[in-house]
Amino acid sequence: MESTIIKSKGFNASFGSNHVVKNVNIEIPRNHVIAVMGPSGCGKTTYLRCINRMHELIPGATSSGEMTINNENIYDMHPIFVRQKIGMVFQRPNPFPNLSIYDNVIAGYKLNGIRLPKAERDRIVEHSLTRVALWKEVKDALNKKGSFLSGGQQQRLCIARAVAMEPEVLLFDEPTSALDPISTSTVEELFHELKANYTLIIVTHNMQQAARVSDKTAFFYMGELVEYDETKIMFTNPKDKRTQNYITGRFS
Amino acid sequence: MAQIETELQLLKAEAINMWTLVNSQLSKARLAFLNFDKDLAREVVSKEKRVNGSELKIDRDCENIFALFCPVAIDLRFLLAVLKINSNLERIGDIAEGIAKYVIDAEAHFTKELLDITRILPMYEESVKMLEDTQEAFEKEDTILARSVFKKDDFLDDINRQAHKVLERHLKDHPEDTSQALWLLSIIRKLERVGDQAKNVAEEIIFYLEAKVLKHKNKFV
Repeated sequence: MESTIIKSKGFNASFGSNHVVKNVNIEIPRNHVIAVMGPSGCGKTTYLRCINRMHELIPGATSSGEMTINNENIYDMHPIFVRQKIGMVFQRPNPFPNLSIYDNVIAGYKLNGIRLPKAERDRIVEHSLTRVALWKEVKDALNKKGSFLSGGQQQRLCIARAVAMEPEVLLFDEPTSALDPISTSTVEELFHELKANYTLIIVTHNMQQAARVSDKTAFFYMGELVEYDETKIMFTNPKDKRTQNYITGRFS
Repeated sequence: MAQIETELQLLKAEAINMWTLVNSQLSKARLAFLNFDKDLAREVVSKEKRVNGSELKIDRDCENIFALFCPVAIDLRFLLAVLKINSNLERIGDIAEGIAKYVIDAEAHFTKELLDITRILPMYEESVKMLEDTQEAFEKEDTILARSVFKKDDFLDDINRQAHKVLERHLKDHPEDTSQALWLLSIIRKLERVGDQAKNVAEEIIFYLEAKVLKHKNKFV
């Protein structure tokens, strides 16, 4: 039986008086890929950023309701601890430009002041780069800057950086929108491999990507979670007319 | 491997399983008919549910692949072909069931003379062979083998065309065989349909592999 890892109950988020996430109730099962889709401004990215408490970094941003990981309230935990458990990868590959590939992977440890023996650092770097299918491509260039890599490789390096912290959940905000189709395909294949060890929540504008890569899909519209179901059902027999209109391109 | 490739491979395996099941149904119905084996005929009737279940599963999987992966080019043709092949195979499954039901309902074994003059036994063998050939053509992506099915269908059509006259002549001298003749004529008509379905399947295999539409065209030009 699948167990829930992330759960939102009556969750709301606002920017000042602008209520952007409205009473969201959702249960995200462990080791699944979840796609979050919806038109621009529907609240999907804000919701994602609430999961690892990045929303509150914006002045005037507030949230309410329950958001748990393994039944523990995320908002009762220290934000740094939350972000160790819940890693995030952004739209544009953003490796630290002045750091080597090696140092990019273990940047999370360095930034958190965690000192590790060299052998352990080496193990983490190899393990993380292997997890994202990048090890073979860069193992002889670990001291080169991350910015020398192609866009797709840089994005996988960013995923390796998130994976290095051994999180339980990985959040992706439009992770392939800045990549070419071949790099996109590589990253999408990676999602299938990563879900054996992590729970993946992917915000995407690309409906076909949601269909291809996810086990379950959530459709947000005007801050509401309109529908959340198995991806196969969402794309063959959605229950809500708004979902149907959106995925068939009939949205007005 | 891209996810769509995995899905298409699984679908291909399912379609091959369906083929094997339908072939087994048609062959068992033939044995039941040959040996007047009502138990075997009942087995065919009871297994028809499996054929139906398999058809529904393949339909559903095709629908999901269309919806989730937006296939194009050869992947799109493969899916369209599998959908139609699936439907044709299910109908052949229905025909096998229908023949098995005749065996269950028939009162006596068909006379050797009737079997010989109608040429129903070679017709049955050929229809089973046609179905086997389409399966092999699909598995091995062999369009030459798929094309060979068209010629075999002519053999079935010929027997079907002559059956009426042959039986009419026989019944003038043996009116007591009327009931059996009607059963046989019905089975011949069904086998002719198997030939048509197998031909349709072969056309779909060629469409999928070569992007050529052979429907409603002279196949030998």
